[in-house]
Amino acid sequence: MTSRIGVITFPGSLDDRDAQRAVRLVGAEPVALWHGDHDLHGVDAVVLPGGFSYGDYLRAGAIASHAPIMAEVIEAAERGVPVLGICNGFQMLAEARLLPGAHTRNAHQQFIRRDQKLRVENASTAWTNEFAEGDEIVIPLKNADGRFVADEQTIARIEGNGQVVFRYVDVNPNGSMNDIAGVSNERGNVVGLMPHPEHATEPGFGPDTRDAMRSGTDGLRFFTSALAALLSR
Amino acid sequence: MPIIVVEVMPKAEILDPQGKAVVGALHRLGKDKFSDVRIGKRFELTVEGLVDEEMLAEVREIAEDMLANTVIEDVVYVGEVR
Repeated sequence: MTSRIGVITFPGSLDDRDAQRAVRLVGAEPVALWHGDHDLHGVDAVVLPGGFSYGDYLRAGAIASHAPIMAEVIEAAERGVPVLGICNGFQMLAEARLLPGAHTRNAHQQFIRRDQKLRVENASTAWTNEFAEGDEIVIPLKNADGRFVADEQTIARIEGNGQVVFRYVDVNPNGSMNDIAGVSNERGNVVGLMPHPEHATEPGFGPDTRDAMRSGTDGLRFFTSALAALLSR
Repeated sequence: MPIIVVEVMPKAEILDPQGKAVVGALHRLGKDKFSDVRIGKRFELTVEGLVDEEMLAEVREIAEDMLANTVIEDVVYVGEVR
């Protein structure tokens, strides 16, 4: 049976359609979900997409983290359903306390957009199992509030538990502590990262590679990983 | 109607780039006796009815749950505007 992956649209979401497209490209069925509903429509996995929900007012992701559908997302996350937060979605998952840490304004105060190299530090999560630990990938990054921060004990705990899933390589684009680009919960079913895998899923529209311009599709494996995780459950 | 004020500050160990930019500007103006500036937020909640201890307790809860992210911020003041 085709896996159904829900993508939640919040007021101010920008990359929901791109995430739906990425889901379709790996052969799953994208299901559009609405922030104001109390219904996940029985999906097998959930993506919280990028954007600027509620204009990033209060704090990035803060108001969206209290949206009606977040009650169901939290319940599903606790059941082990794969949940991926991309950029603004990562900020929402941190605000909802499904993921450790928080985000502040980039240390240099600028919005940044670049094709970002990352190292996969944990290849056993629901969203990274098709990678190998130590793989280096390039996917687009674009944000203003991407600086990952947490207190010392939390950093030590997540480093020790293998909850640091992605680290920035070559350049730390926003001042994130320990170069952390993405983290997971302890169970590994909930993953959040600032860069955008859904923008690197189709030749012609991804980052440049050594082979050809815009041919990078490193983001595909996030979604194939989720499918593999669903099949192995 | 009464107004309840909530003040939120970034935690001391969190880099505050806005404050850094302001202290840099002060120094460029020759105001170099100010060694640091940190910028926080002030919320004003207009309420119906009396501001009593129960109301303030509710606002403190809202402040900790939503107005501040206690991973990076502290609620430093909750009280009624006189």
